[in-house]
Amino acid sequence: MNKGIFTVISNEQLIPGVHRLRLRGDTSGVTAPGQFADVLIPGCFLRRPFSVCGAEDGVLTLCVRNSGRGTALLTASAPGTELDILTGLGNGFDLADAGERPLLLGGGTGFPPLHPLCAALLALGAHPMAVLGCPSAGSAPYLDEFRALGVEPLVYTLDGSLGETGLPTQALHSLDYTSVYACGPLPMLSAIDRESESPHVQLSLEARMGCGFGACMGCTVQTISGPRRVCKDGPVFRKGEIIW
Amino acid sequence: MVDTSVVLCGETLANPIIPASGTFGYGREFARFYDLNCLGSFALKGTTEAARFGNPTPRIADAPCGVLNSVGLQSPGVDAVIAEELPNIPRIFAGKVMANICGFSVGEYVRVAEKFDACPQIGWLEVNVSCPNVHGGGMGFGTTPQGAAEVTRAVRRAVKKPLIVKLTPNVTDICEIARACEAEGADGLSLINTVLAMRIDLNSRRPVLGTGTGGLSGPAVFPLAVRMVWQVYEAVGIPIVGMGGVRSAADALELMLAGATAVGVGAANLVDPYAARDIALGLPSEMEKYNITDLKSIIGGAHNG
Repeated sequence: MNKGIFTVISNEQLIPGVHRLRLRGDTSGVTAPGQFADVLIPGCFLRRPFSVCGAEDGVLTLCVRNSGRGTALLTASAPGTELDILTGLGNGFDLADAGERPLLLGGGTGFPPLHPLCAALLALGAHPMAVLGCPSAGSAPYLDEFRALGVEPLVYTLDGSLGETGLPTQALHSLDYTSVYACGPLPMLSAIDRESESPHVQLSLEARMGCGFGACMGCTVQTISGPRRVCKDGPVFRKGEIIW
Repeated sequence: MVDTSVVLCGETLANPIIPASGTFGYGREFARFYDLNCLGSFALKGTTEAARFGNPTPRIADAPCGVLNSVGLQSPGVDAVIAEELPNIPRIFAGKVMANICGFSVGEYVRVAEKFDACPQIGWLEVNVSCPNVHGGGMGFGTTPQGAAEVTRAVRRAVKKPLIVKLTPNVTDICEIARACEAEGADGLSLINTVLAMRIDLNSRRPVLGTGTGGLSGPAVFPLAVRMVWQVYEAVGIPIVGMGGVRSAADALELMLAGATAVGVGAANLVDPYAARDIALGLPSEMEKYNITDLKSIIGGAHNG
């Protein structure tokens, strides 16, 4: 967990409404893929949490969906803008039980945060498979970034305009995998929790947060072992843990 | 060399800064960021008798210069707090901390207070009278002088440690309630709790918070806190822990001039984990700026003349 000042070095639109921000600063606080960063946006009181999509060589990558006042301000940040960011928040993914063929399943903007996980799994010698679910061909982020790692994403679109037609959870029944790592909307995560046959399932939850480091109890979810904070005890939870 | 120490209900604090209940957990998260011994003390998260999840999410929302919450007293229950959290306190803080007690009946307040009263790590019992009285139609105990007096009287008889009653600002006359608590033996008062508020999402056309309404805190309420501390200081003779939107050492001095003996820091902790430390460490230079050598000397100073 680190608090530091980051400078926006680039801000590009990936798909309509989703921007990739690259920020220069001290990334040493990021210790695992699947952690998040909490950004103090000038004009907002509370910080806003975003999954980390890359933290290498002092460059932090965040993909931000413009979905409200705070993200509208953030996605309008010009290069040179300085932002106060907490990094290394949350538990992140555990790579220990990934096995030979981990299945990485992302829904929409939940797909880019799986990119550093994919790279880490490759470095361990695993053969990860990447599956993206999104509404249509025009809303499919990060395909080339996964290809650059040598992993061709399997895409599911609701309208069939790219890849398979339907939901990405269909891949749970057609692919042969040793573990599942997922990031995306809660209905997708609960479906994976129900439908996956692997015991090694890790789900990265999204939640409205207050502080991002465990103090305010704003993002609590009910689990089989009692109330847990998405920001501090998560955001990654195991199969069967969440009471949906 | 300036003197930042204050005395709160007989206990000397190195400085008046006390992170407020519900914004500091049990100290663990913040102890990872800094050494908590730079603080005067800190208040533990509000504790009920039994474990509670609290209110449905979303239960936190942004506001102009503040935050709305409807967390609704998530608590592991008093026995779990005493068994699992209090033993950790001496490892992260050398002084005594403030328990925060919530109840949905007078009996619950008394039972929780009695348990904390027996704990050596606890220096003060802060009683949050903003909880709804399940036997009184759900109205908050602290919204009437009778309700606040009833809780104060019952807890006062049951415990030995200093009793601080935390008052809600959502009342017509906070002074009347403050006097009722003092008359029943409260050793101090803390104020203000959050201000009842609401936000509505334009897309869904529904309230942002799961419960509809919630409590507003943060800099937005600071002038309200200054006004109420000022009024209560004139109404009672017991010490006040002033809080509500404090985010700088200057804010702390302002609340002390209004009448606060100690100063709570709440919402600021959620935005900047170092906020309470920076406020505490910033006091000496802020005091020098205003020619204050002994912080105790300015308590209620704005009332003179």
